[in-house]
Amino acid sequence: MLWARELSHAFGAIRALDGISFTLDRGQTLVIFGPNGAGKTTLLRVLAGLVRPSRGSAGVEGGRRAIGWIGHQSQLYGHLSVRENLRFWGTLYDVPAGELERREGELLARLGLEARAGQQVRTLSRGETQRAAIARALMHDPPVLLLDEPFTGLDRLAAEELGRLLGELAARGRATVLVTHDVKEGTELASDVAFMRSGRFVAFGPRGGRDAAALTAAYREAVAGG
Amino acid sequence: MAEILRHAWLIARKDLRLEFRSRTALASAFVFTALVLVIFEHGRDPTAVPTIDLAPSILWVTFSFAAMLGLNRAFQAELENQALDGLLLAPISRTSLFWGKFGANLVFVALVQIVGVLLFILFFNVPVWRVWLPFLLVCALATVGFIAVGTLFSAMVVRTRFAELMLPVLLLPFLLPPLIAAVAITVKLFAGRPLSESGGWLRLLAGYDLAFVSLTTLLFPATVTE
Repeated sequence: MLWARELSHAFGAIRALDGISFTLDRGQTLVIFGPNGAGKTTLLRVLAGLVRPSRGSAGVEGGRRAIGWIGHQSQLYGHLSVRENLRFWGTLYDVPAGELERREGELLARLGLEARAGQQVRTLSRGETQRAAIARALMHDPPVLLLDEPFTGLDRLAAEELGRLLGELAARGRATVLVTHDVKEGTELASDVAFMRSGRFVAFGPRGGRDAAALTAAYREAVAGG
Repeated sequence: MAEILRHAWLIARKDLRLEFRSRTALASAFVFTALVLVIFEHGRDPTAVPTIDLAPSILWVTFSFAAMLGLNRAFQAELENQALDGLLLAPISRTSLFWGKFGANLVFVALVQIVGVLLFILFFNVPVWRVWLPFLLVCALATVGFIAVGTLFSAMVVRTRFAELMLPVLLLPFLLPPLIAAVAITVKLFAGRPLSESGGWLRLLAGYDLAFVSLTTLLFPATVTE
């Protein structure tokens, strides 16, 4: 569903990505852990086609239409209501009118935003805005999810609900790449794990049965070593 | 083509809705227009230069600078919450995005021009209504090409540090041909001369529009790709 082949990218003299390769199939969730500045966001932007890599190539089966993206910012318009935002983005992705209403209702209910649907996004709290951003990304029911620190700003309950939602989506065959600097956040969701430092995967493979504590220890060793 | 126009309409409608809700640029443009016309009205000496000779220059300079306030805003709204990434990731052509922005900018400038002309009639007592149809044609022809170039430059400078300063610096040289032509035709119209006497200027405006709408449509995709 998703592949990267020898991806490299530089911003001037700074090498943000350095020879990254992997493939991801249906139902797989790759969680990429790395410290700030490791190149995680750049990798996601290259995978999404928002940045053209200096070398190598990347692709998603189904092209741009197949991608659901959650970035650092909500990509919502502050002066539009939550519902207007969802309708706008859904229509851009050619979601049929009847389906648009059904998906909008389903996501608003699932993310606890029904009471906020008519409210302008600029009046929402940080956590509510993040939940609205998640709804926006899922409006067209994308088969591939690219998630950049999606738990940021969510309280414990909302984070747990998002974790459950992502788990269900993976079980329904969605391929997901999730990047985070917090090992505890993504462990449960991961089928595969990569540790990233200075634009490289310093470790990459199936999570196996490792829990958050085991992954934290492996992460410290991989990122601090070498 | 129908798909491109449909997506362009969605973007233009969203932009206009945002502008009518926030009224940021519209309010600034209306106040600016009123202010400039009041200053010129009180600062000029009607015995030195007849109003009919001076008025077209004042009108077009006012239109041009008021339009820049809207052009500056066109892509700024997309930077808020990084909505531009969402638009670039959506399965719509870059041409749809450009034409959507271009359409919204044209509506914005048309509104400013309507208010500007009403204030102009009030302050300068020029009988615009006698030549309203040819004057409308001149306004349309002089605005289309200029707004196309302005929309392109607005996208180019939006990620720079001094976007609001850069836009007029880049745009003003391109503004000169349609501005000179529009003033020349308006002088003749207000003096009671027929539009047929301005055939050369009209051809220049039409050629400018054709050339720059085509060129900016072709160049736009390159300006928004990282």
